[in-house]
Amino acid sequence: MAASLRRLSRYAVPAATLAVAVALWELASRVLRIPKFVMPAPSEIAAEAWEWRYRFIEHSWVTLYETLGGFALSIVVAVPLATLIVYSPWMRRALYPLIVLLQAVPKIAVAPVLLLVIGYGETSKVIVAFLVAFFPIVVDTATGLAATPPELLELSRSYRASAFKTFVKVRFPMALPFFFSGLKVAITLAVIGAVVGEFIGSDRGLGYVILSATSYWKTELAFASMILLSLIAILLFGAVCLVERLVCPWLAPAAEE
Amino acid sequence: MIRLQGVEKTYRTRRGDLVRALENITLDVAENEFVTLVGPSGCGKSTLLKLVAGLTPVSGGTVRVRDSLVRAPFPDVGIVFQHPVLLPWRTVLDNVLFSADMLGLDPQRYRTRALELLALSGLGGSETRLPRELSGGMQQRVAICRALLPDPSLLLMDEPFGALDAMTREEMGFELLRIWEARRKTILFVTHSIPEAILLADKVVVMTPGPGRLARVLTIDLPRPRTVELEFDTKFKAYSDEVRELIFAGRKARGNGR
Repeated sequence: MAASLRRLSRYAVPAATLAVAVALWELASRVLRIPKFVMPAPSEIAAEAWEWRYRFIEHSWVTLYETLGGFALSIVVAVPLATLIVYSPWMRRALYPLIVLLQAVPKIAVAPVLLLVIGYGETSKVIVAFLVAFFPIVVDTATGLAATPPELLELSRSYRASAFKTFVKVRFPMALPFFFSGLKVAITLAVIGAVVGEFIGSDRGLGYVILSATSYWKTELAFASMILLSLIAILLFGAVCLVERLVCPWLAPAAEE
Repeated sequence: MIRLQGVEKTYRTRRGDLVRALENITLDVAENEFVTLVGPSGCGKSTLLKLVAGLTPVSGGTVRVRDSLVRAPFPDVGIVFQHPVLLPWRTVLDNVLFSADMLGLDPQRYRTRALELLALSGLGGSETRLPRELSGGMQQRVAICRALLPDPSLLLMDEPFGALDAMTREEMGFELLRIWEARRKTILFVTHSIPEAILLADKVVVMTPGPGRLARVLTIDLPRPRTVELEFDTKFKAYSDEVRELIFAGRKARGNGR
């Protein structure tokens, strides 16, 4: 009874807070008669979103696959990089400064150049999403791989297991919690990367919708797109958490007795 | 079975200084003997185990196991560390089977033996649990089962009970003896508990630090199976006084030298 009440309050309290905030917002924009293009009321945003529902599906889809494309690419590139860095001191010396340098370059500044070189299609957005997302995966995976208890490595060596076997059976699974915390940061960054790419130049995607809506003073449409983008980011983050729970069930908190 | 002759070990620290960890170690361990290495921290006990396991090369002298020179890890060795270092995603049973798996043996063929070992160490019924659901003592039992699974003739134990509370520690010592008596093998056991060293061993190797040297090798002439009552035996007390004296004499000598 007490437990279910606690569980209820875990969702009910933030939901109620959100509802009150939205209600106050609605009330304020009606009472103060704030113009729609300055600050649209929640009801106006909802109405606009409903009207745009079919077009929104199309644009969301574009942004989603740009995001996921960049995210997938960053995993494919980051994991081997992290492995090289951990296994070879030479590679570490050679690659690490470059990776940090790449991370230090402001991606928003690079994006226009990238679009110029690669073109205005979806590929350039995938690349921008990749560029912002891969760094946390490299760093966290490398940290995780380096954190293997030395005893386990000695044990594997004493059993004369190959380096590859030790990697597959011990080191990589041991690094999974780190890998996933990198993924959680990376997935939200990938959404930002895709939108930044769309801002620079595109004719599709939610970033494009926001940009064109603001140039036509359609603030309520921009708001609807922003909310949709946030929802996508939250859903993707949740999906990564879910995959983590499925892949690493041993990390879940122990059942209370 | 194990023969160390004039073994030296020097290693380089991160800052580039040379440190002498072991100096002129000569030691013979017979087949199926239980030998404990005791001494204060920094006397190179753990380094000695790694040399025997072939995990790190000697800087001088020779290490032979069964007349062959040890240069690299060789089969037929089980290692137990101070921490259990189990794989958190594997069940108790699969953690025990890890050694067979890494040795390239078919884990399925070792299942029965793994279950027997677990039952023998009082872990029957816990086979499907995860390491985090076990106490420290139980986790260490799993680690010992893992080392015993391929039935190695040499068992290297590096302060295996060092992280356990005193009561569990004593209990585990007797358990290990029971297992060893049922199926003899050569054991090299590092500890810094003097009573533990005497209670378990056929031979106690007393070491002193800076650099690590053998102070003396005591043959423990106490009846087996060993019991708790032995600790009140006058002979036991004499041994423990002797070990203590050797360790503290070393300490005093170094103190005066400075």
